[in-house]
Amino acid sequence: MRAIEKRFGAVHANQAVDLTVAAGTVHGIVGENGAGKSTLMSILYGFYQADSGRVEIEGQPARIANSHDAIALGIGMVHQHFMLVETFSALDNVMLGAEPSWFLPAARAQVRARLETLIRDTGLAVDLDKTVGDLPVGARQRLEILKALYRGARILILDEPTAVLTPRETEQLFITLRTLRERGTTILLITHKLKEIMALADAVTVMRGGAVVLDSAIADTSLDGLAQAMVGRHVHLGRAADATPVHAGAVLLRASRLQWRDALGVPRLADVSLALRAGEIVGVAGVSGNGQSELLDALAGLLVPQAGTLEIDGVCFTPTHWLRPDRARDLRIAHVPEDRQRRGLVLPFAAWESAVLGYQQRPRYDRLGWLRQPVMRGDTATMMERYDVRPRDITLRCANFSGGNQQKLVLAREAFPQPRVLLVGQPTRGVDIGAIEFIHGRLRALRDSGGAVLLVSSELDEILALADRVLVMDRGRIAGELPIEQCSVAALGRLMGGADAAQAAA
Amino acid sequence: MSQPVELPRWLDLVVLPMVNLAMAFAVSAVVLVSIGQDPVQVLVLLVKGAFGSRAGLSYTLYYATTFVFTGLAVAVAFHAGLFNIGGEGQAMMGGLGAGLMALGFAQTLPAWLLLPLMVLAAMVFGMAWAALPGALQAWRGSHIVITTIMFNFIASALLIYLLVNVIKEPGNMTPESRAFGAAAQLPGMHTMVGWIGLDWPRTPLNFSVLLALAAAVGVYGLLWRTQPGYALRAVGHAPDAAHYAGIRPRAQIVRAMALSGALAALVGINEIAGVHHRLMADFVAGAGFTGIAVSLIGRNHPLGIVLASLLFGALYQGGAELAFEIQGFSRDMVFTLQGLIVLFAGAMAQVAAPGLARIYQWLRKAPLAQASHG
Repeated sequence: MRAIEKRFGAVHANQAVDLTVAAGTVHGIVGENGAGKSTLMSILYGFYQADSGRVEIEGQPARIANSHDAIALGIGMVHQHFMLVETFSALDNVMLGAEPSWFLPAARAQVRARLETLIRDTGLAVDLDKTVGDLPVGARQRLEILKALYRGARILILDEPTAVLTPRETEQLFITLRTLRERGTTILLITHKLKEIMALADAVTVMRGGAVVLDSAIADTSLDGLAQAMVGRHVHLGRAADATPVHAGAVLLRASRLQWRDALGVPRLADVSLALRAGEIVGVAGVSGNGQSELLDALAGLLVPQAGTLEIDGVCFTPTHWLRPDRARDLRIAHVPEDRQRRGLVLPFAAWESAVLGYQQRPRYDRLGWLRQPVMRGDTATMMERYDVRPRDITLRCANFSGGNQQKLVLAREAFPQPRVLLVGQPTRGVDIGAIEFIHGRLRALRDSGGAVLLVSSELDEILALADRVLVMDRGRIAGELPIEQCSVAALGRLMGGADAAQAAA
Repeated sequence: MSQPVELPRWLDLVVLPMVNLAMAFAVSAVVLVSIGQDPVQVLVLLVKGAFGSRAGLSYTLYYATTFVFTGLAVAVAFHAGLFNIGGEGQAMMGGLGAGLMALGFAQTLPAWLLLPLMVLAAMVFGMAWAALPGALQAWRGSHIVITTIMFNFIASALLIYLLVNVIKEPGNMTPESRAFGAAAQLPGMHTMVGWIGLDWPRTPLNFSVLLALAAAVGVYGLLWRTQPGYALRAVGHAPDAAHYAGIRPRAQIVRAMALSGALAALVGINEIAGVHHRLMADFVAGAGFTGIAVSLIGRNHPLGIVLASLLFGALYQGGAELAFEIQGFSRDMVFTLQGLIVLFAGAMAQVAAPGLARIYQWLRKAPLAQASHG
């Protein structure tokens, strides 16, 4: 791609972008949210037309007006949000739009034969007869890749492929991608997880502000170098070097023997007990789906356990009179939910409306039932300033902020009333590296001012960087607790896999 | 890939509806020509019939009053994420409530006390009739669309039963009650204008039109300016976020439906207390369903609903005039026109948006390009 230019109104999404990708390599494209990666790929795949510039595929000038042109040129794309019909079988999804015959049983037989060869050659194992809705996320992604390959893709674009995968599934994906590379497929990998680029890619292009800032073979660069190029300044994501062991204060919240079974009778919380003390960050690690979300919900009052007690500030709650979310806020427990789009914000609301969500009944915002709009707007402006939410437009609809900025807005709102306990779920999921550093700094600041933070994260690096002690959850129970000095990825991994604490620390 | 087009606000709220209306009228014109009518003459007569005289204008406003009530009812439920198709039944129950109050107390209570009591009774009846399906949805998961439709039939059956077997006037062949006493009659516009010494023709337009305006302002204030309205909209847009925020979605569903039913019930005030002065069977006449179209075209916003109600009121009144004035022009033609408006301004409201966006961008670019060349 040569000298690609694209403007959206006042936004210069791509300026003079050159991108050269050697055949049969994995080429990483990294950049913060809004750096222009997706725009560039959309131009390559024919969703957008470049204002100027040209594209050459295998030495030939190419005109890509729509995705049909792209597919005809051997370009396939796997989107972050899968484009699959959930009620169709895997086989039918591959066939959809490319049926070799109008008589579907015959078409199915043909497609199946070709797909089975493909699966054997590439190792992309998918049960073709299962309904897509029943397939795990990793299998759906393999199916998307199969779909692209079936349509003859020699160049494969993967947009944030690991955002939805578990660590195990990520490993599998990487093995597959290496196999594909050996077979001569060219892979474009869009991500902001730099570790993945270092592990997999042959070359990397870093974009910032719509332009290419670094183009290099992977051997000539380093993790720090990439991070710096991406953000434009030095970033530090690890543990602060001068981190002193904190002196945890009084217990602010104590949960004892929480039990909760879901509708199918599967125990999601099994005898979970924990205490949060002033001035500490407690990390909760674990493979996602092992009760961490339920724990957060129970402590925030969104889920009523079947047994157990919760003690906050001298008030004791039992399942018959469990904490309610509004009561939790009155007791100065704030909650940054895992799913910011579904729970943390009302997406069609303006920023200033979502910025009081949960606090709308406080006298600060509610005078005899009337909303005190000037106060709400003023506070929103303050929050945006403090948490560097961009753009600083309090009237913009929440849906129109980028993921990282939505997260900053939610965090700003929850930190605004200076809570004593902050429950945080996946604070940096899908957030770019500059914002991660910022969010981490804010969580530490809250701890240092005497708050207690419960941090649930599926990123071990994040827990290691922030936590003062770590709880590991496995199948609904707390498999072990380690002080941060004894934590390593290996030790935590052993606990997550079901070993007990003594073995893990050894 | 078709993405929703983002237009500037003024284009979206002013120009787009105009374009939609123009399209509806254009297609109507084609239909009119094909049956041998002169579309220009029809349009002129329609507008003249609806707005050309004080009597015509009064009828237009009288119809619009009813549509404002049912339109607001649909909108309030919609903002809570509910589709209330039960406006028809809730309006009937409103009339029943007002009627029973009037029949019981018209001889004993003075008008200044009885009329507010009738309004209250109507709203309570309508509330109950809507809150019940709301509660069934909130706690039992019965879908509100199904239950409100069924409640329409139940309301109708109940009203007929009462009229035929309990409160029918002896000796009257039609199922209707005796006329209310003077204390239960809402003042007509001609009476009210008469108080300030002006002359106005005698029409069904009555005090309810002011009630409708107050309701529109009230709904706007409630939804966008108050904390309960905030909670209601939060539930409608994002039930999970509302739960997270400590709002109880179930209570909100019942509350929103109760308010919706109370608004629809005010149709009973306009018709029973304002015009007919007796309880009768078919005074709602489909207004509950027209309310859905009105709310759709008015984008579920009170101001839009008032404007859309005026449009529909004008079509009802102007259409009646047309059927009277033009040989061979039936009311069915007017229904066709209404259908086309619902189609273009409601169901296909966004169809013209991409084209409009392209024209807008082209218009913006053109001066820029000239500037850079010059």
